[in-house]
Parts: sequence; C-alpha cells; structure tokens
Amino acid sequence: MDYGQSLLITLPEIILSIGGLVLLLVAAWSGAKATRAVSISAVALLVAAGVATLCYTGDAFGALYSGDQFSDFGHVLIYIAAAISLMIAPRFFQRAGLARAEYPILILYACVGMGMMVSATDFLTLYIGLELNSLAAYVLASFLRTDERSAEAGLKYFVLGALASGILLFGMSLVYGFTGSTSFVAVLGSLGGGMETGALFGIVFVLAGLAFKISAVPFHMWTPDVYEGAPTPVTAFFASAPKVAATALTVRVAVDAFGTQTLAWQQIIIFIALASIILGGVAAIGQTNLKRLLAYSSINNIGFLLIGLAAGTQEGISAVLVYLSIYVAMTLGSFACIMQLRGPDGEPREELSDIAGLSQTNKGLALAMAIFMFSLAGIPPLFGFWGKVVVFDAAIGAGLLPLAVIGIAASVIGAFYYIKIVKLMYFDESRTVLQTGDGKALAWIGAIMALLVSPLGYFSIPLLGGFANNAASALF
Amino acid sequence: MIGIEHYLVVSSILFVMGVLGIFLNRKNVIIILMAIELILLAVNINLVAFSSALQDLTGQIFAMFVLTVAAGEAAIGLAILVIYFRGRGTIAVDDVNRMKG
Repeated sequence: MDYGQSLLITLPEIILSIGGLVLLLVAAWSGAKATRAVSISAVALLVAAGVATLCYTGDAFGALYSGDQFSDFGHVLIYIAAAISLMIAPRFFQRAGLARAEYPILILYACVGMGMMVSATDFLTLYIGLELNSLAAYVLASFLRTDERSAEAGLKYFVLGALASGILLFGMSLVYGFTGSTSFVAVLGSLGGGMETGALFGIVFVLAGLAFKISAVPFHMWTPDVYEGAPTPVTAFFASAPKVAATALTVRVAVDAFGTQTLAWQQIIIFIALASIILGGVAAIGQTNLKRLLAYSSINNIGFLLIGLAAGTQEGISAVLVYLSIYVAMTLGSFACIMQLRGPDGEPREELSDIAGLSQTNKGLALAMAIFMFSLAGIPPLFGFWGKVVVFDAAIGAGLLPLAVIGIAASVIGAFYYIKIVKLMYFDESRTVLQTGDGKALAWIGAIMALLVSPLGYFSIPLLGGFANNAASALF
Repeated sequence: MIGIEHYLVVSSILFVMGVLGIFLNRKNVIIILMAIELILLAVNINLVAFSSALQDLTGQIFAMFVLTVAAGEAAIGLAILVIYFRGRGTIAVDDVNRMKG
C-alpha cells in the first residue's frame, strides 16, 4: 500500500484537521477579536477540502477509507452545509455576547468526523468518524453556555448520543466476532451464506445505533429537545450536515457491509421509515416552537429518505442522495428565515405565534418561508416534490408498492402543519411587534435557497441526478 | 474451561446493566456517565474476547480506540455537566426538564 497515495486520498480530512489546529492556536493567542478572521479561514478551508476531495479517488490505508464518488458527493454536500452554517452564525452569537472563535473550529472538527463517516469502509473508521463528529456536536449544542436551555440540550444530546454509540459499538463487536473482520468487504463476504443469530443481533444493534444518529423513530426522542435548546445556527447545522453524513453512512453500511443480507435489514428499515413519517407528521401538529417543529419535520424527512434505502437498489440510493440535497437546501433556508425573526430588543424569537401576520411586515421573508414550507410538504410546483417523486419511484421500482402508498398517504399528515405556518403568516393578524431581517448574509442565503427549491430547481435535475447516479453506482 | 460464550454472557450482563443504569436512574447525571463507561467496557470485553478466540489482532486494536474515545467522551460529558450545574445548581436527573413537548 502506497502511503503517499493514501495521504492524498484522505487529503480533505488532513486539511481540515491541521487547519483546525492552526486556527485553534490563532484563537488561543488573539482571543475573541480573531473570531471573524477564523470564521472566514474556516470557510476557505472547507472550500479547499472540497476541492481536494474531488481531486483524488481510490481506496486508502488498506481499504479503511474510500474516496469513491459516493464519498465525494457526501463530502461536497456536507462542506456546503457546514459553510452555510458558518455564514449565518456571526450576528446571532454577537448578539448573545458569545462571538467566539471556537464555533468555526468545532464545525471544522465535526466536518473531519463527517468526512470520515461518509468515506468509511471499515467499522473502525466508521466509529472514529462518528465519534469525532459527535464529540464536536455535543459541545456545539451547549455552546451558548449562559443559556440554561442550551446546556440542557447539550446534556441530553450527550447522554443519548453516548448511549447510541454504545449500542452501535456493541453491534459492531458482535458483527466482528461472528464474521471475523471489521472490514465492510470481508463482512459482506462472510454474511453471504446462512447467518448466525449473533450476527443478526449485530446487524440489529448497528442499525439501532445508526437510527439514533439520523434521529429516526423509535430513536428520535432527543431530537426536539436538542433542536430547541441548541443555538439556532447550531440547530441549522445539526439539521443539515450531520444528517447527510449519518444517512450516507447508513446507506453504505446497509449496502456495502450487509448487502448480502438485504432481507434481514429491509424489514427494519421499512418499519423505521414508516414510523418516522407518521410520527414526524402527527407529533409536530401540537408544537408551538418553530425549531421544535422543524425537528419533527426532519424526523419526517428522514422517513422519506429511508424509503429510498429500503428499496435497496441503485436507483433507490440515487434517490436518497437527490432527496438529501434538496432537503439540505430546504432546511438551511427555513433556518435562515427563522433566524431573521427578532423581538423589539433584538432577541431571537422562535415561537409559532411570532410569525403570525408576517406577510404584512416583511413580504419577502414571508414568501421565502412559504416556499420552504410548501416545498417541505412536497407540493408540486416546488422542488421538494421532486425529491419525493424519485424516492417513491424507486420504491415502486423495487416492488414495494404498499410502502409507497402508505408513505404518500402519510405525507399528507405532514402537509397539515407546514400549511398551518403559511396560513399563520398570510391570513392571521400580527400580535407581536417584530424586527425582521438581520444582515445581508441571512437574506442572501434565504433567497438563494428559496430559488433552489423554487420551480427553477427543476433545471438542476440533469446535473443533480447525474451526480447522484454516479455516486450511487460506486456502491454497487 | 472458559470459552467465548462465558465472555459474551458477562459482557451482555454489563451492557444491559449500563443501559438500565441510564434509563432507571433517577438520582444524578454522574451515575449516567458511569453507566456509559460500563457499556463501553462491556464492548471492550466483547472485542478482546473475540480477538482472542479468532486469533486476530483487529479486535484488540479496536478496543484501544474505544478506550481513547471513552476518555474523550467522559471529559466532554463532565465539561457539559459543569456548565449545566453552573446554570441550574443541580444535577438531579428529574430536574433536567426545561424543555418538554
């Protein structure tokens, strides 16, 4: 194995880790006044890592790490989402009096972990990547350390995340014991014939641990609390980049490692998918906090993503990637809109009642929010509809017609609360005095994301579909 | 003769104790941290036992990584616990309830 080649293939991770260390030193020496410079450098590092990931492909370090098209797709999407979470953050933290340089640095470290997650082809790499991402994420959730809710979110995320890692690890140890290897290729080979009960337990534990990380029902209970308590830019980050990484990881484990035992995990994935869609739709109805509502929305969306995985075909995996890209745009856009809501004293407002009558005070913001909500609900002219089309198409193509029918019926439940938000903005009287708009960065990001999910997004189908197909073909 | 199944039984018992320690514990969060360590150590017993039974080093290397990550996790957990305690003045599990719904 040529180490030089391996180092080049893992270059994005190396750039981000070394860059993160250097920025940490800069931050330690010059204190809070370096925050702006560190944020800008962090975005530059993400761009550099994105370029590096596209430059080299192949397996690194004896098939511990793979730089194939699938991981390229994941890397680029993760870096875009992380860069946007960096751009929307500064004003929020300035107002909270916590504009510290550690925020961009922690995001960089989380990106190192996420990059390893999407590239992992060995359970050891998978675990290290997952933990790198999680450890940074626990700190990010409790970043607003003077706010009790943020500390509580961090605590809950930590305890449940550590439990999930434990379950995942226990599963990996069983898979290792009953197949004799931690490498995905070797596991795939030895699961080929009849499977021992121990290995089946291993698969179930691994999937349970991963379901925790993508916040799928029945392992979703941390999501609403963490999303509500974490600072809003961090919530936007949690809802986008780690979702991409964990979903890509689940896909790779299911196809690359357990691909010869499709029947064993397909049932589990179908159950998790339907439960997530239904619970994500029903439980959101009574929520009064916008961030909590979006947490249930993300649970709901994970359900649709898993339908593509349940299909288990190359078409299904490609659909998952298309849906993920659209979902990232919709989620980041919605959070960019929510972050522009502020009370009279500039404090962030995030209650459902705060957006009542928004269309009278800020037409552009209300329009953008309406686009995101309709798109999340999957209403036709908007791009969110396309994501659902490809996912259900893949499910029908794989012969899972009942799953597709139930999924489509359940997506109607979800539409209720998205449309309720639009109704509040356009047809209700404003009860609170709001300041809206918060700097150019948020407005631009909101506008660009709104354009991407507007009907104009359909022009990107050949491009996006091509990349997704390419990426999915790397797994088969 | 002690075989692989004996190790598996011990590690399963430890794992279940760890999970129950998280869910049944109503006292304080430090006990949850201990339960998490218990889960990770159960996994380590598994890995090392399998490694020995399979005559394959991967499991032992894996156990080393798990130990390292467990140390980092405990450090971050305690740090979060400290800022939580500063804000609330308590670490009782029943009081972790500012957000509900």
